[in-house]
Amino acid sequence: MKSNVIKLVQNIAESLHLKPQHSFAGGVHPKQFKRTAHEMIVDCPLPPVLIQPIKQHIGELCEPIVQVGERVLRGQKIAKSQGYLCAPVHASSSGTVIKIDDHIIPHPSGMGLLSIFIEPDGKDEVDESLHPLPNYRSVDAIELRERVRKAGLAGLGGAAFPTFVKLVQDQQHPIETVILNGIECEPWLTNDDQLMVEKAHEIIGGLDIIMHMVEANQAIIAIEDNKPMAIESMQQTLLGMGLEESVRVEVLPTKYPQGGEKQLVEVLTGKEIPAGRLPIHIGVLSQNVGTSKAIYDAVCLGEALTDRIVTVSGDALPQPMNMRVRLGTPIRFILEQCGLEYLDDIKVIHGGPMMGELLSSVDVPVVKASNGVLAMHKYSVMQAHHEEEPCIRCGDCGDVCPAGLIPNLLAMHCKEEKFDRAEDYKLFDCIECGACSYVCPSHIPLVHYFRFGKGQVAQIRREKDFAEESRVRSEARDARIAKELAEKEEKRRVALERKEARAKAAAEAAATNTISEKPQEPDVVVKTDKPEAES
Amino acid sequence: MQIVLAIGIFSALALLIGIGLALASRYFHVEGDPLADKVDDLLPQTQCGQCGYPGCRPYANAVASHEAEVNHCVPGGERTMLEIADIMGVEPKAIEEEETAPVVAYIREDECIGCTLCIKACPVDCIIGAPKQYHTIITDHCTGCTLCLEPCPVDCIEMVETPELLEHWSWPVPGTLRAQVGEERKYQHEE
Repeated sequence: MKSNVIKLVQNIAESLHLKPQHSFAGGVHPKQFKRTAHEMIVDCPLPPVLIQPIKQHIGELCEPIVQVGERVLRGQKIAKSQGYLCAPVHASSSGTVIKIDDHIIPHPSGMGLLSIFIEPDGKDEVDESLHPLPNYRSVDAIELRERVRKAGLAGLGGAAFPTFVKLVQDQQHPIETVILNGIECEPWLTNDDQLMVEKAHEIIGGLDIIMHMVEANQAIIAIEDNKPMAIESMQQTLLGMGLEESVRVEVLPTKYPQGGEKQLVEVLTGKEIPAGRLPIHIGVLSQNVGTSKAIYDAVCLGEALTDRIVTVSGDALPQPMNMRVRLGTPIRFILEQCGLEYLDDIKVIHGGPMMGELLSSVDVPVVKASNGVLAMHKYSVMQAHHEEEPCIRCGDCGDVCPAGLIPNLLAMHCKEEKFDRAEDYKLFDCIECGACSYVCPSHIPLVHYFRFGKGQVAQIRREKDFAEESRVRSEARDARIAKELAEKEEKRRVALERKEARAKAAAEAAATNTISEKPQEPDVVVKTDKPEAES
Repeated sequence: MQIVLAIGIFSALALLIGIGLALASRYFHVEGDPLADKVDDLLPQTQCGQCGYPGCRPYANAVASHEAEVNHCVPGGERTMLEIADIMGVEPKAIEEEETAPVVAYIREDECIGCTLCIKACPVDCIIGAPKQYHTIITDHCTGCTLCLEPCPVDCIEMVETPELLEHWSWPVPGTLRAQVGEERKYQHEE
């Protein structure tokens, strides 16, 4: 009787999604707007000119290694790494370099960056310097990592962190679980969803390579329950490849920002990543499904990263699509392909609506971080935009914050420029997901305040470092001048002593022998004069 | 009798504490002026002398001994002034000179005669060159103090504004004029 009741309760709980499952604190449920779900991926045609900025990732700048007028092939390296945290840039199609100049990039500042302009010749010839390694299981992990670095891979989920940096075997932090992030929690975006439907084999191939590289023996593919086709496709492919024992597909209830790395790791493992630490510190590695496919391409096919899937959508777009776009394709060209010719009263968002940025120009190119391009009617963007009103202390922002912060107090400190207080309130643990701004009934641009605060703190730190360096240089100079002075003083003192000694000797000599006086006198005069003249 | 005892106890106590304090002041003696060190830490170390003192350290000493006001550091700006006023416990005072954009010195090398006078003037040793050779400025280390301008006999040094770097860009305060810079850039771009 008792066990029956328990069973009944369990059944009800399960059907209501109430079965005990780890989740992260907070989160919101924005409307989905996934207009492009189940739209087949379409190849975007080659644009008249490809614009490839020399930095498309988080980290250091690359350096162009091609000249104007040079012919380049698809996949040929055109800008090389200049540091550790760096991913090289490859030509997206064969053609001629026509210009190397500053060009506006997708960045909230609206500033430009050195970019390489390539005029494609339409032949799309491939550079074959990266040879395929289909038997990756017999290849050393270090060589595979070098391959991932050379292929210019950066996280395709939106943050564009150089991929090879994460794929490391650390004796202190062995990786137990690899997480493949197919959450795609941003509204509108469907590129990962469709990629999982169409390229499941490649994605799981990439996952197998990652597991081989970091010697992990289990993996989880995390997908939200609003992507039934992707779940089906991944499960079928896993069965087909015989990996169902080490890899499992985890279906999670839809919630934003579940795709955030820290949130996803917490949901899947029940372990929270400590502040300021990385998933590797708790034995987890997470990669986006798109990145996994790119790893497969780089290793098994020898292809550098030259294209990515972009969701082109928005309420102002006549034909929304999931597109395979060459990196460097101007966004204006993509919008034209989707039937949008006139851009009056249209705002274009780069990325998703929650974390993406409003573009100041549609001439910016698609980069490695571009997961979505949304063309929105101006009125629908403006509808969401209100004047900031005073905080009413409702606490909604704290309820939805996935990082467990107190956004209203944090924003207040940032607004009053009390950055040390903001740091006490863990400003740098904010992941800028935008959930707090989304729910704020006073329309306070909370995330904007946090970004402002983070920028200011970084600037203050830079200034402090520079002041410290200047102090060291200034003190070194003062010490040097003091030393020189002391040396001079010492020289003068020695000379003076010598002069006195000579004078004394001369006087003694004069007293004893009057003949020796004459030749010595001029000598004394010359020697004693010199140091004084010098000083 | 009791009163004598009380006086005796307290005298002995006073003596003991006095000895303790005397020893503490000797053994825990701090070299230099800790307050001046704190002020010096806040100063931008440009060594520009705009405060009327020959460098940041002398100004810090003067502020710490209440000889100078807290508002003489022009490159430090309002933030530095407020911080200094805070640790000195005095009322903040507005800085008289206007804040200017950050600058660095630039030597027009064609005109340089190689006299080494600017090298001697640079407080942070960031000019390189030799007698009768072109001199040049290590821009990354230049504090923009302008001390090299005056000694140059041929006036071949000028101050140039440091370009805003993409990696040093930061978000402006929401709802302020600077927040519209992006919009302005857009129009510039369209032109």
